[in-house]
Amino acid sequence: MATIASPSATTARRHRSEGGTLRRTRIRLSSPWATLAAIVLAVLWTIPSFGLLVSSFRPPDAITTSGWWTAFANPQFTLANYVNTLKFTDTLTVWQSFVNSLTITIPATLFPITLALMAAYAFAWIDFRGKDLLFICVFAMQVVPLQMALVPLLRLYSNGLNLFGVQVFPGLNLNSLSSSFAEVWISHTIFALPLAVFILHNSVSAIPRDVIEAAKVDGAGHGHTFLRLVLPLAMPAIASFAIFQFLWVWNDLLVATIFAPGSNAPITKLLTDLSGTYGQQWYLLSAGTFLAIIVPLVVFFALQRFFVRGLLAGATKG
Amino acid sequence: MSGFFVWLAGLPPLAQVPVVIAVFGVVVGLIVFFIEVAPRAGRGYSIMRLAVAVLVPVAVIGVLGVQAAAAWVLILGAVLGGGMFLLDLRARKGNGSLLQLAAFLSPALLLLVIGLVYPALRTIVNAFLSNDGTQFVGLQNFAWVFSGGSTGFIAFVNTIVWVVIAPVVTTVLGLAYAVFVDRSRAEKVLKVFIFMPVAISLVGASIIFKFFFAYQQGKQIGLLNQIVEWFGGQPVSFLQHYPLNMLLLIVVLIWTQTGFAMVLLSAAIKGIPVDQVEAAQLDGANAWQQFRNVTVPGIRPTIIVVWITISITSLKVYDIIATTTAGQNHTTVLGYEMVKQIEILPPQSGHSAALALLIFVLVTPFIIYNARNLRKQREQ
Repeated sequence: MATIASPSATTARRHRSEGGTLRRTRIRLSSPWATLAAIVLAVLWTIPSFGLLVSSFRPPDAITTSGWWTAFANPQFTLANYVNTLKFTDTLTVWQSFVNSLTITIPATLFPITLALMAAYAFAWIDFRGKDLLFICVFAMQVVPLQMALVPLLRLYSNGLNLFGVQVFPGLNLNSLSSSFAEVWISHTIFALPLAVFILHNSVSAIPRDVIEAAKVDGAGHGHTFLRLVLPLAMPAIASFAIFQFLWVWNDLLVATIFAPGSNAPITKLLTDLSGTYGQQWYLLSAGTFLAIIVPLVVFFALQRFFVRGLLAGATKG
Repeated sequence: MSGFFVWLAGLPPLAQVPVVIAVFGVVVGLIVFFIEVAPRAGRGYSIMRLAVAVLVPVAVIGVLGVQAAAAWVLILGAVLGGGMFLLDLRARKGNGSLLQLAAFLSPALLLLVIGLVYPALRTIVNAFLSNDGTQFVGLQNFAWVFSGGSTGFIAFVNTIVWVVIAPVVTTVLGLAYAVFVDRSRAEKVLKVFIFMPVAISLVGASIIFKFFFAYQQGKQIGLLNQIVEWFGGQPVSFLQHYPLNMLLLIVVLIWTQTGFAMVLLSAAIKGIPVDQVEAAQLDGANAWQQFRNVTVPGIRPTIIVVWITISITSLKVYDIIATTTAGQNHTTVLGYEMVKQIEILPPQSGHSAALALLIFVLVTPFIIYNARNLRKQREQ
């Protein structure tokens, strides 16, 4: 503590951290019970998923005739469930639905971010009359639950729009094409926009004015500034939101149920159907569940820091 | 556009991704290119601006597909575009500035109007129309929701129970866990166990718990029933008995959301000024007093945010019900019943819209309160 004499910021910080260590030891001595309680909760929290994970590696007969907790006394593990599940055909195979999930999720992450970034740029760096009001309107759209939009939007896609007795928009004519992803892409894009504009605006408007002005002085137009300056500088926010949106779409069931119920169904939708039809086929449901979970878990462990940030930012979506 | 999507649907799923992204990229590239060159001076650029202003609306309408009888829509688009060009000619900030703005904003705004504003207004109208959407029926759909015994009423009552129980339990558990692990040596590792379910879909969580609650004749495979047996009880078909089944489904939501609550609250706890904690310790406050008098007041705004966020999530629950019980045995909720009503034959669009509107009405106060809370926080 001899360094306290000099009042610089670094020593102040060091002082605080030393105080922290002192307190930490004191608290840790007084709370072994707290840690124990945490460990108990952590175990409780993990048991349900652990049980299904263990089951997914057991032979189908074993799963339905004995509890998974007995599996360790008489170990019999196999990968066959995963192989069989991937090939399992309901309306489509589980493997196809996994591919569908990717097909839905990648564009449905990219599109809203691109469009929202453009709107966010305009709201942040172009002055126009009514800007604040318009921005508040977009912001307020986060209030609208998805449920309010689903049915009319579906009808709009299939029946088009009539204005004053004239068909202005004939619809997308994709009713008979259950292999099309257009409706689910467009829907996810629209539903993501209010939140995406808001979050990206926060980050785009935080870029120092000097940087933007300097580019303008150098003769860069808005297009150039947008691509070369704002896009790279907003990358951390874009990454956080991209992860949030990717997981949101990957894990989504509701939008898929309405807009992608056929051979374009993602794995969440297929699993729900299987759970209803083959509720007792646990070899299928256990392996299927972990196939669906694996992608979010990889994202979670690989990109934990961005994941938390994106999660906190997007908490109220839906 | 329809033609393009039909052609696209003929490709294998993963092959559709690069194609649609490439097309999207070209369109966005053209827009950004136009934005860049729009304000340049010179006759050529003026002609380009005029062409873009008039032809783009026409092209968009044409691409969406318009019938010959509605050719006036195309003309209207051209006239609007021309008007845009004239306004832009007189724009205070120079030629092209208005068109630039339109190019930046219109894709997002158009999509929002078409896909969110219009459908939401439509749902409000539908809530007052008959189930086939042909006649005005006043409040009949709401009368159906609130008449005892309808599935709508069951959904409403259950949703209220969800909103009362899930947020409170989740917030308390999340807070307790955040406090327990705070500054413990294994903090990071211990947090992962609780946080991992946040990444998992509610569909996955539901199946995990469906297995946990499983019931069958003879040997039990569901751990919960096995525990019941170990304590000498009779195994129960958990998901068939109301209200036990609803409470157990609420557990699924709590399981997935506690990690979220914990992470937010833990971050807030770490933000409490060190001197406040030290002052409390000097005053001889014990752990509980410290928690009540320093920790909780210090993180009150975060507690409110967490509680509200999970309340909103509870109001919209769909996946858990769809995956476990499909609304059977009295477990339906507003978010599920709303979809169910349009999936049954014939579709009950009036009932569905009324339920959707009810969700909206229930969600709104939470969001307003949250916005106020956030503003107050920012002012401090």
